[in-house]
Amino acid sequence: MIFEVFRQEREGQPFQHGGSLEAPNLAFAETYARELYGRRDESFALWIVPRESVEEVLDPYVADVFDRDYRRVDGYSLKVKLKEARERAGTAGTG
Amino acid sequence: MNDTEFQAYVQEGGQVETGDAMPDDYRKALIKFIEMHGNSELMGVLPEREWILRAPTLQRKLALTAKVQDEVGHSQLIYRVVEDLGKPREACLEDLVAGKTKFHNVFHYPTKTWGDVAVIAWLVDAAAIISQKALLKCSYAPYARIMKKICWEESFHILHGRDCILALMTGTDEQRELVQEAVTRWWGPLMQFHGNPIVAEDDPMYHWRIKSQANEDARQQFLDGYVPQIWELGLTVPDPKLRQRDDGVWEYSEPDWDELKHVVTGHGPKTEERLGFRRWSREETAWVRRAVLADAA
Repeated sequence: MIFEVFRQEREGQPFQHGGSLEAPNLAFAETYARELYGRRDESFALWIVPRESVEEVLDPYVADVFDRDYRRVDGYSLKVKLKEARERAGTAGTG
Repeated sequence: MNDTEFQAYVQEGGQVETGDAMPDDYRKALIKFIEMHGNSELMGVLPEREWILRAPTLQRKLALTAKVQDEVGHSQLIYRVVEDLGKPREACLEDLVAGKTKFHNVFHYPTKTWGDVAVIAWLVDAAAIISQKALLKCSYAPYARIMKKICWEESFHILHGRDCILALMTGTDEQRELVQEAVTRWWGPLMQFHGNPIVAEDDPMYHWRIKSQANEDARQQFLDGYVPQIWELGLTVPDPKLRQRDDGVWEYSEPDWDELKHVVTGHGPKTEERLGFRRWSREETAWVRRAVLADAA
């Protein structure tokens, strides 16, 4: 069986993919993962996941399918509107 | 994407993941290259392993054992990458012990003294790290990623090597002599290590951006980094032509390319013995694998 190994370098940090290993079962996978990814104290914690349990979602489906710029910071262009609002309020040029 | 488009894609820095569509030739080139790397990590521990029982101190014995474990670990990680490309690890090991696939030239030679062990850990590892660092930019992303971990571990090995060298060089005349003899013995294979100076454009591994560094560039980088370190310790290099030109380029005597070819095709002084050992240990431990797999099933 192939297991994917994710490692957390320090407490509180996000887990990152470390690599994969082959083992006959989870008990062996854990032993191998400790040896391959933890023997120098380089990992605070490990996640060991059977590869078939990992659901992969690939590029064209990850990105926005529809126009969803209202979910992003760059979806809000305030400059022109702010200028107009200031002019209406008679405060243009003061701020 | 057809093959030409794919090649343009990787040349421009494009990265390829395991599940991506890729030309057959690319897949074949990757398997060949990466499998040879895995073989080298696995065979590379044998010259050092021979010295675990003869290490001069307990500390050195522990460090050497750890290094051997690291290198075997690297071969596991690398064979894993090959496996995802379609060639199972068992098949890699079968082909290796049958002499069908290759491993690096430097691992076909004997380790005569502790001086050789120190020179291997220092200079052979240095030469290998130069190639491996260049692989961090490999177009095949899973390989590049695993190389990051491997390079990190190799950095300990270089320090271990330098420490062994410095201990000997600050010791007795006899110890210094051991190092000099080893440098003299290993210089030829070290100069052959990065391969013949094939123009990058003629190298298929370069077309696919599996490699992104030309052989001669790697060798120049090695000479640039390590010849000054060798000289500053009062050691000499057995090449009267070796010198650095004013423009920084190193000149050297033509390495023995016939020897390189002869050795990597399975005719090195220790090739048969070490492959024999691998075969023997595979047979000897087959029952363990059977038991583990039966138990897990």
